Amino acid sequence: MDMEMEEILNLFFEESLEGLDTMESGLLTLEDGADRETINNIFRAAHSIKGGAGTFGFMEISEFTHSVETLLDEMRNGARSITPDALQVLLQSVDVIREMTQSAQAKTPIVMTGANALSGELARILAQKSTPGAAPATAATAAPMPQAVIPAPIVKPESAPGDAALSGPIEGWRITFAPDPSLFKTCNDPLRIFEELGSLAPLEVTAMTDALPALSALDPTQCFLRWALVLRGAIDHARIVEVFDWVDASSKITYEPIFGAGSPGTPPQRSTAESPPPVAVRAAATRAAATADAHPGAAVAAKAGGESGSLRVATEKVDALINLVGELVITQSMLGRFAEKYEPADIEALRRSLAQLTRNTRELQESVMQIRMLPIGFSFNRFPRLVHDLSRKLGKKVDLKLSGENTELDKTVLEKIGDPLVHLVRNALDHGLESPEKRLAAGKTETGTLELNAFHEGGSIIIEVKDDGGGLNKERILAKAVERGLVDADATLTDEAIYNLIFVAGFSTADTVSDVSGRGVGMDVVRRNINDLGGHVQIFSVKGQGSTIRIRLPLTLAILEGQVLRVGKEIYVASLVSIIETVQSTRQNLSCVAGRTELFKHRTDYIPIIRLHDLFGIEPDSREITDGLLVVLEADGRRVAMLVDELLAQQQVVIKSLETNFKQVPGLAGATIHGDGTVALILDVPGLIRTFLERQGMDMGRAA
Amino acid sequence: MSNAESTQATSQQYLSFFLGGEEYATDILRVQEIKGWDTVTRVPYSPDYVLGVINLRGAIVPVIDLRVRFALEKAQFDAATVVIVVHVAGPRGSRIVGIVVDAVSDVYSVAAEKIQPPPDVIGAVDHMFVVGLASLDDRLIIILDIERLVIASVLGDNQAAA
Repeated sequence: MDMEMEEILNLFFEESLEGLDTMESGLLTLEDGADRETINNIFRAAHSIKGGAGTFGFMEISEFTHSVETLLDEMRNGARSITPDALQVLLQSVDVIREMTQSAQAKTPIVMTGANALSGELARILAQKSTPGAAPATAATAAPMPQAVIPAPIVKPESAPGDAALSGPIEGWRITFAPDPSLFKTCNDPLRIFEELGSLAPLEVTAMTDALPALSALDPTQCFLRWALVLRGAIDHARIVEVFDWVDASSKITYEPIFGAGSPGTPPQRSTAESPPPVAVRAAATRAAATADAHPGAAVAAKAGGESGSLRVATEKVDALINLVGELVITQSMLGRFAEKYEPADIEALRRSLAQLTRNTRELQESVMQIRMLPIGFSFNRFPRLVHDLSRKLGKKVDLKLSGENTELDKTVLEKIGDPLVHLVRNALDHGLESPEKRLAAGKTETGTLELNAFHEGGSIIIEVKDDGGGLNKERILAKAVERGLVDADATLTDEAIYNLIFVAGFSTADTVSDVSGRGVGMDVVRRNINDLGGHVQIFSVKGQGSTIRIRLPLTLAILEGQVLRVGKEIYVASLVSIIETVQSTRQNLSCVAGRTELFKHRTDYIPIIRLHDLFGIEPDSREITDGLLVVLEADGRRVAMLVDELLAQQQVVIKSLETNFKQVPGLAGATIHGDGTVALILDVPGLIRTFLERQGMDMGRAA
Repeated sequence: MSNAESTQATSQQYLSFFLGGEEYATDILRVQEIKGWDTVTRVPYSPDYVLGVINLRGAIVPVIDLRVRFALEKAQFDAATVVIVVHVAGPRGSRIVGIVVDAVSDVYSVAAEKIQPPPDVIGAVDHMFVVGLASLDDRLIIILDIERLVIASVLGDNQAAA
């Protein structure tokens, strides 16, 4: 899905969730009395959600909301009176729609249990031909209904067999529980009973407090409450009765089946017409909805995955910010004092205040950055399921170990690292880990291990995808690369250089192309994505023991750990992550190829030298390589030595876009502002290398 | 700043500035601010008339030397040299760009009917960047299409321009 669509979709989710909040608060107001405008608002919200969901293809949401809308429309037209019963169902519908929307937002399959259970209820209410003005209690008495008033624990489920046959399958049970006041003395706890019922199927609990005496007359050892329960699920009657097994026979329990949505004629209704409208227990209903949610993580995941435009921030983080701003104000007033009256003796106090300001600023910066930080667990969460499915498909036994899920990184980085990680995990499962037979033959345990680790190192976050599989086959990669003409047959490459070949576009050693991997697309995309984030990938592999793919990423895209360097009068910033080392070269380490490509002998490799002054057209201090410094840079698996005049400070710089008001410039990633207000340009190392190679018109693969 | 002309329904205000002895003007609504000359950071692979970028309260803003753009003799920058900061609507959102001129002159209200269409070439300026000529108080003012000029200069996608 392209970004624009994603954005529109997110807008829909956000608006829907807001609409649901509107509906919820509106419905709660309606409990106190109907108001035309409120109903209109609720209706409009439901209508927008329905329309939006239909447009984006969430038919489940659209269809379910449609029946809610129908009910609301009748209320709006005055064709139907607003009954507490209907309100309760509508509120539950809001919960269900919210749940569906959140799972759609989290791109998880929409759980239909709640919706299915409630559609029946909605259909039941819609089938009631209520007339305006009819009191809910009267409406309830209008249709006598099949039910079984039986003292517990006598089982009599087929009390109305005819109706059941007529009305289709049983979809749930309506239970009234009027315990004997001495219930507690028999060691019964209604809460436990309800929880047990709730474990069978989604349960709604409504307490009826009409029998409750005044507080002064209340005997706390007695039970004065009655409950109306709705159990949504085709549960065997006997199982429900079992739950009430221990309840004393003097308690009154009625069971009444709820029939399928298509039930014609007499819809089942509450028979306890003499009771006043029950007090709706919102909390209980919400809890029931929460328990019904099969994926408790879904809501959290929705927060992590969906919103690109907004950010949910933990209150502590905001509180910390407010504290810091408070301190900043104090520091500011301390400094302000010196502006009014300054005496040379104050210099020490001034220094202290400035030191405090420095500390405040740094902390404030860190705190603001913290706001954008999310634990990588949001990205790791998807892997247990993925590994489970994939290992089954591939017939491999895999033990997935996650660690460092709480390591935090910038939201933007987090969002962009998900896909590359999925790719690496799929690769590790498909190519890395061997089949159980092969593993046993190699003297390993049958079950392979796949580890995902995340941890901080310096100003970066390291993510490792580690398997204990067969490792990379160097000979095969090299042979393939020679065959594809990527390297010369007689070239000697370091292990690292060979491993890096797997990142070349279209490169695959897989003999068979599976639907999991092997097409040779992907690894190049993985590396490009990671490079785009300002990070880089390294591969470590030991044949027969497994491979580790190590991704190093900046913690944030807004701030860069930079090395400030100077060429002539120009100041540039290079990302520290891309710098391997800086050396002063001697003449012996330099050589020239074909009279134009200068090479530097870096350890055992010869790497090309980029003269930044030539590339950018600057007048340097000196054109002699031995006079300047060579900064060894790595990007896209290539190494180059960049000639600069001087290295200045290492510092964090805030990245500003050059494109906003100007345009993209080859070799530059952006700009930053120095302490003195001047602008320094940030080098885009991969881009710089590309630009250099284009100018040289040579292939790095042969030179490496 | 004087405003000799009475404001008419069809008149527009223009900020005029000097460049190599000639007076040019731009729609004043495009002008965000006027600031003194400050050091710029040179950006590689830019046309010669893009002097570089400056920090305008946290935003990175390119600065164009109009003298170089119009192939006039390059002037020495001094205290009188000013940067007119204009905001223009570009193909990808609006941009803020600084243009270096010799000096800012005046603000005029010019009625639309007083603006004459430009001849094909006015000095070194390509006519496509000129809205027209206005004659005020015996002075000839060249009204520039600053939007077109700036966008073409910044994006460097206009090869037809000098």
